[in-house]
Formats: sequence, C-alpha cells, structure tokens
Amino acid sequence: MKNKMIGAAAAVLAVSAALTGCSGSSQGQGDAPKTIKVVYSDSNSAALVSWFTDVTAQFEKSNPNIKVDLEPIKGAVTDYYTKLALMNSNPSTAPDVIYEDSFQLKSDAEAGYLAPLDANLAGWGDWSQYSDSVKRAGQGSDGKTYGVSVGTDARALWYNKEIFAKAGIAVPWQPKTWDDVLNTARTIKSKVPDVTPLNVYSGTANGEGSSTQGFLMLDYGAKNGGLTDTSGKWLTGSTGFVHSLGFVDTVYSEKLGYGPQVTSSTNYSTQVRTQDLPAGKLAIDLDGSYIPQNWGATAATPWPEWKNVMAVAAMPTEAGQAHGQNSVSGGWTLAVGGKTKAQDAAFSFISTALNKDNAKKLAINYSLIPVRHDVATDPGYLASDKNAAFFAGLIPDTHFRPATSQYAQVSSQIQVATEAVMTGQQSPADAAKAYDNAVTGIVGADNTTKGK
Amino acid sequence: MTSSATTPADHPLRARRTRVLRARKVARSLPLLPSIVLIAIFLLGPIISSFYGSFTNSALTGAAAQNPSFVGFDNYVNLFKSPGFPGAVILTIVFIFGSAVIGQNVVGMLLAALMRSGGSVVSAIVGTAVVAAWVLPEIVSAFAAYAFFSEQGTLNNLLSLVGIDGPNWLFTFPMLSVILANIWRGTAFSMLVYSAALQDVPPEITEAAEMDGASGAKRFFLITVPMIRGSISTNLMLTTLQTLSVFTLIFVMTAGGPGTASTTLPLLAYQEAFKFSQLGYGTAIATILLLVGAVFSFIYIRALKPEVD
Repeated sequence: MKNKMIGAAAAVLAVSAALTGCSGSSQGQGDAPKTIKVVYSDSNSAALVSWFTDVTAQFEKSNPNIKVDLEPIKGAVTDYYTKLALMNSNPSTAPDVIYEDSFQLKSDAEAGYLAPLDANLAGWGDWSQYSDSVKRAGQGSDGKTYGVSVGTDARALWYNKEIFAKAGIAVPWQPKTWDDVLNTARTIKSKVPDVTPLNVYSGTANGEGSSTQGFLMLDYGAKNGGLTDTSGKWLTGSTGFVHSLGFVDTVYSEKLGYGPQVTSSTNYSTQVRTQDLPAGKLAIDLDGSYIPQNWGATAATPWPEWKNVMAVAAMPTEAGQAHGQNSVSGGWTLAVGGKTKAQDAAFSFISTALNKDNAKKLAINYSLIPVRHDVATDPGYLASDKNAAFFAGLIPDTHFRPATSQYAQVSSQIQVATEAVMTGQQSPADAAKAYDNAVTGIVGADNTTKGK
Repeated sequence: MTSSATTPADHPLRARRTRVLRARKVARSLPLLPSIVLIAIFLLGPIISSFYGSFTNSALTGAAAQNPSFVGFDNYVNLFKSPGFPGAVILTIVFIFGSAVIGQNVVGMLLAALMRSGGSVVSAIVGTAVVAAWVLPEIVSAFAAYAFFSEQGTLNNLLSLVGIDGPNWLFTFPMLSVILANIWRGTAFSMLVYSAALQDVPPEITEAAEMDGASGAKRFFLITVPMIRGSISTNLMLTTLQTLSVFTLIFVMTAGGPGTASTTLPLLAYQEAFKFSQLGYGTAIATILLLVGAVFSFIYIRALKPEVD
C-alpha cells in the first residue's frame, strides 16, 4: 500500500515536472521553434476555414521557426464566446491569436483576455489603410487598440425574385415603411401559401443573431428608437422599443414568419441560409450582407444561381422618416491573447492575415464589406460582388451596437423580450417593461434615462 | 476473574492493551485515507469553491473576470428580486414532484408489484424494456425523447394513424413533455429498488393478512408499504436528488423554452453562468440547488424513519 502510494506520488511529480518542462520550452524566445495557437469560430463556414488554413500555410512558409496550431471551434457562434472565455481564463489553454467578435472586444479587453497592440501597430505600414472609425471598432474602453478589423458588414432585406414573380409583386422591390414590408409579406402569404413569407430573427435560440439581424434592424429605425441616448445612457420606457416588439408580434401572430419548431432550434440561421433560401422556401429574409458566403463554390451547399434569384432592398425606417433606410453593422477582428508569450509572432500572423491580398480574398469569399481602403477600391473586389455598391450605400445610415462591455448582457435581455413576444407569453408593452427592469439591473439606475 | 480483582499488576497491562487497540484502530482506518482525500478534493473542494464563488461578482468576461471582488449577498439579493427566479423554483418543484416523487416512484412500484404477479416471460420483457431506457446514456435518451415528442416525431405520427393531429408537444406542453421523458428514463431505477424490496417481504405475513380477510389494497397499504418504508425513503431521496440535477434531458428537448416555460434551476444556472457570463450569479443558483437538495433529503430521512429498530 505504502509503496504504491509513494509510487503514485512519484508519478504525479514526474508528470507535473514534464508539464512544466513543456511550458518552459514553449516560452523560450530563442531560435528554438515556437508554437502559436490561433483560434476561430467555425460555425459551418467553409470559406472562413479555407481562408485561415491558407493564411497559416503562407505564414509558416515565411516564418519557418514558428509553428501555427490552428484551432477551429466548431459549433454555434454563441457557444464560441463561452468556450473562448473559458480557454482565456487559464494560461495553459489561452490562445495567442483570437478571431474576436467586435461586440465582445471591449468586454474581453477589460477581462485581460486581450493584449494591447499599439506598439506593434506603430510599426505596421498598412495601418494607414484603415479609417479612424474602423480603428475605433478595435479599441478598448481604455483607448488602447486591441483588435484589427477583418471587415465589416451591413444588414438588409434579401428577397427571392422568383417567389415575388409568382405573387405578382413588381421587382425591384423597395418598401418605404414597415407596413410596406408587412403588406408584401401578407400578399405572399395569400398568393404563395407554401413558402414562409418573411423571416425576422427572434428569440433566444439564435443568440446574438436575433439582436443584430432581427430586433436592432427595427429598433434603430423606429421613431424614438435606439438602445442608448447620445451620451451613452441606456433608454428605458422607449416607445420605439415597444413598436419594434409590435412588429415582431405582428410577424409571428399573423404567422408571416417561421413556426416555433424552427425559431426554437439552435440551427435556425443555418436552416434559413443553407436550406430554405436556396430551396426557394423563404420569400423575404432580413439578414446580413455576408450570407452569400453560404452559397459559394467551396461552401457546404453551393448555389451559383443565387445571383439571378436573390435581390436586396434596404430595410426601411418605421414610417420612412430620416433617410428612409436603416442598417446595423458589426464585424470581426483579429486580436492577440492577453496571456500570450509570443506577442510579436502573434502580431506577425495578424499582419500576414490582413495584408492586401488576404484581406481581399476574405472580402470576396466570405462576403465581407472590406475595411482596408486599398481593398474597397480594388477593381477585382468591386467586380466580384454585384451588391458591393448597394451595401456600401447603407454604411452612412448604419448603426453600430453600443460599444460597452455591458452590451452582451443587455443583448441577451433583448432576445428574451423578442422570445416572450413571439411565443405570445407577453404583450410588447409587458415585454418592454421586463426589459427595462432587467437593463436597470445590469447597468444600474444611474446609467439609464427615460426614453420617449 | 471477579470484577473486584484489580491488582496493581493489571493496570500497565490493560493500558498497554488499549494502546495497542487504539494503534490498530488507526492503522485499520488508514486505507480509508485515500478515499477521504479524494472526496475532499473532488467533492468538498468544488462545493466550497462554488459556495465562495457565489459571494463574488466573478464573470466570464468584462473587468470582473480579471479581478473578481467579494460582493457579499448581492447575488442572492438580486436572485430573489429577479422575476425569473420564482418561476424557475416552481418549475423545478413541479418537475421533481411530477417526474420523481409521483411519476418514477408510483410507476416503478406499480411495475414491481405487477411483475411479481405476472408471468416470468412477461416480466422479463417488461423489465428489459424499462431498464433499456435507464441504461441509455443521458444524451442518447434525450435525443430519443426529442425525436418522440417533436412536431414530426413518433408520437404525432402515431396519433395521425388514428386521425388525431397532434400539437407540437415540446412547444405547447414543454413541462409535460420533459416530465414524461424523465419518468420514462428514470422509472427503471425505482422498479429495481422496489422489486428487491418486495422480495424481502415474507409471504407468511401477507398470507396471514389474507386469511384475516384483508383485501388486496389493504394488504398492500397496511402490510407491504410499512414493511418496505426504508426502501421507499431511500428511493425517494435518490430519485429526488437525481431529478433535481437533471440538465441534459431538458436542455436537449426544450433548452428551457419556449421563453422560460421549462427553465428549471439547473438550466437557469447554466444560462446565467455560461450564456450571460455571470459566473458568480450562476454559482449562487447552484448553491440554492444544493440547499434545496439538502432540505428534501432531510424531510425524507425524518418523515420515513422507522420508528423502532
């Protein structure tokens, strides 16, 4: 017994010695080959996977003494945030390069998960290709830069011209108000009963997508809408919020949208983009500019015909007020892990990944709106995407999500509110009241202000 | 040797003997040491750290992830004030009573009693079918239950055979669906416990009662049940504690929805800790779960304690 225990203790010691030995060698900054770990979210996006694989091959070729440990995190994007946070909280699993959603960036920077890049950026010639507003998207609350944008996006109404023809609706279609959108959906429901007329992402199952693609596309275009006032205080008691929930209520109570079987599935957006749109089962989809990435030649479900079938229209404001159109933008960044032992190697990976050629490749294959000036004006890029000019035209009227670390929590409450309305558990007014209480709890009463 | 015969010479001898005995006792409990250490590390450790965590604002992201600070009872105060909490407690209690206390226990007892009087072939078939659900890994049985209750699932296909257009069970009756699924999954355990207990009831006693003219129901409630109350208490406690912590089944079937219509405490804790990134708040819910489990165990142990032993 005793001997066994001593043996076991010795084994434990030996293993831990080996482990510390391992981490010791990877910390070495000398000529010994070192490894950097790159993590990104692989939510069924072949274009992104092949881009990261390609960039890694280029980087390893030009840096023979650095090995890249490329780690795609498979699954829904909402799970990616959780898994990333758990990886980041332990130095032994923390990645060196992170594919980071811009809306999580401030929060993760405050958590110490990201390393400031200012020193590296100062020596990077290409940094001048980025406009100030794009640079700001990568800044933390302390004003330091933590991420380099890989591209941005916008949201609009995608519609199927073949279904519109069957319903006898003239194309090109450009609704002027919310009621126009609803009336078109009603027409489709009566004329082409076997398709889903309109998809507005809602509910908790689809996570952040329900906020950005769904609710915020309404709220930022509502009269007295928006989540915060100009000073950044969170609005409570806003009529715009109630009206936006009212739109969601109409879509689901009149059965213009999907049934609960789809909306309560974590596969919701995948079904919309890879199955129902290509199969011609959905007429209008309020969705991101990047959805053609699902239909490219390398995607899981190639659909080359989309260029002839799908068209885009700007999402109108509630009554056509302001410029008459509304959009929401987000985007992802590349960042360096806060616990990295190889900051320079990690940044060098980022600068390879986002050089002109690679940034252009990503913009074309992954349907992103480029943020590098030289890519945005590149004739090759402009020729590749017939909607490039349309989405560029939405940018002046686009909205970015509140850039605070509390947004992620508030966003969860928006999803709860839309779910309560779409399932009929609460009226729009009651759901808005519950949201007000929850937001006050998250940010504190001092940081809220009464909306109109 | 008489009791009064304590010669001075005895004392050192006896003292030495007690010393030897005590040393032997210590030596004999030594093999327990590894398991005690293991329990302390893997059971007590997490409980203590979760208990401590529930008094901090620790989070998965944001400033609190880096430097969690002690916030006293804030998490508990916010939890009790939050509108979602009472609902989750009620749903948890409904789930425990519906699927464990009533469902698994009653169905398990019924099956055990019926299988005693049924033919050996029938009881072998029934026993295998029931135990099969229990042997399945939780995630597999959860998917099976999902496939059974979903809109185009087995249940609605069966119903359509007799001309009934079934509802979307997971959406219209989420709690009923997960309760039925948990009864299906967990009944085997109660059945096995009660089968064993019933075998220990001496047939002479029930026969004697039968001679005295006691009906079947009377024999069961006045003779059998009191004789196996120890097993009932143990079984109630075990099934309650198992059901209290059921997560996978509900998460796969309804994910706590629609809305919050099937969000029990484990799902609420998961959602707060890993979806909304508030680890401290999530562990506060976990601590409440621990207390609820302790209260249930206490009640069972007290209520069903054999009077004389």
